[in-house]
Amino acid sequence: MSTSSPILLNSHQLTCIREERILFEELSFSVCSGDIIQIEGPNGAGKTSLLRILAGLSQPYEGSVNFKGKSINDDRELYNLNLLYIGHLAGIKGEMTAQENLAFNLALSGLDHTAAEQTLSEVNLLGFEDALASHLSAGQHRRIALAKLWQSKAPIWILDEPFTAIDKNGVIKLEKLIVEHAKAGGCVILTTHQDLNINQDLYKKITLEYRFF
Amino acid sequence: MPVTMKNDQTLLKPLSYRATFWLVFKRDLTIAFRHKDDILNPLLFFVIVITLFPLGIGPESATLARIAPGIIWVAALLSTLLSLDRLFKSDHTDGSLEQMLLSPQPLFIIVLAKIIAHWCLTGLPLIFVAPLLAVMLNLHENSYLALMLTLLIGTPILSFLGAIGVALTVGIKKGGVLLSLLVLPLYIPVLIFATSAIDTASLNLPYDGQLAIIAALLIGSITLSPFAVSAALKVSTN
Repeated sequence: MSTSSPILLNSHQLTCIREERILFEELSFSVCSGDIIQIEGPNGAGKTSLLRILAGLSQPYEGSVNFKGKSINDDRELYNLNLLYIGHLAGIKGEMTAQENLAFNLALSGLDHTAAEQTLSEVNLLGFEDALASHLSAGQHRRIALAKLWQSKAPIWILDEPFTAIDKNGVIKLEKLIVEHAKAGGCVILTTHQDLNINQDLYKKITLEYRFF
Repeated sequence: MPVTMKNDQTLLKPLSYRATFWLVFKRDLTIAFRHKDDILNPLLFFVIVITLFPLGIGPESATLARIAPGIIWVAALLSTLLSLDRLFKSDHTDGSLEQMLLSPQPLFIIVLAKIIAHWCLTGLPLIFVAPLLAVMLNLHENSYLALMLTLLIGTPILSFLGAIGVALTVGIKKGGVLLSLLVLPLYIPVLIFATSAIDTASLNLPYDGQLAIIAALLIGSITLSPFAVSAALKVSTN
């Protein structure tokens, strides 16, 4: 890892056990500003579990996650202010329109919700602002959730399978955004089964292996 | 201090508590009004259960008047229980609950807004319908005010206590039975004091004592239950 840029997030000796199976043991790594980290591994290897632990949604069996040297559990609100997590569930309400969904998501993160309409155009959803989300496709739900990335000011992005159900152009746009975010001093931790179309030097991989015991 | 990446960006600031409250409150009301089943179901259940009693017991006014407070309150209790699931279940299945847990706003406020929205949608309508149904049950005329008052301060307790049960069972696939087992015992004090207040009122005696106890339960549940719910949600999503 580069030594010049400050460490934003580091995990210390993380162990995760699910259903009496050890997913990973004593996993330690640090994420510096400017890093893009792809977590890869077969289904069931614990990618999502790792991301949820990093986001603070789950507690590890052992070990800790530190944000700038302090445990994330010490000051949740500060960490949440610096974190943007998009899980594999889109978190979109079918009863609300695309714009209402995005405006709520933005406002909840303390961002400017009036920019919702303009942000929707970034994810090619212009013209669907007033459509109820229940009438939109899975890919479009995903796009509404991801639209938050264009407005986010949080340095740490944790994205679980962000490219699922997104079309090719969307993926290219998203990859560009991820690289820009890293260059601006943020960091991105993501899982995906596709190879990233990003210059090899720009990102690192962490590979989890499927363990049977 | 939160990290800012670009110099021209203003510092991130969480919303004020009041803004957060209204944001979540309005969202929940919007969703409910566009999905009307959620509002009508518990209300219809309440009406149907109460109308069935005179049919089953017979039109003897003395008997009906004797059991009216109990019937109305038990029906209110069960209809709240019926609607409780909605409080966090759909947010949990579609992932919006995760986003709320990870938002920089205090979970206490978000949870408080959700529970109060739930009460406005399920508890409040009961208060307006109850007097009409009480006529059918021949409730003593002195008892109407007591009935309204006990429902007004009693039903929020049902929503607040129920929310703890829902938050604990939200991660479980079929938590319905467990929810009833957890929550119904907690409702018993409210039931006892509310029906006793209505009975006392029918004898033209003061019922301030019972009201004061229900009000104390309400204050206790408003202040304490959002903390319990927040903690339970964190455990459930773990």
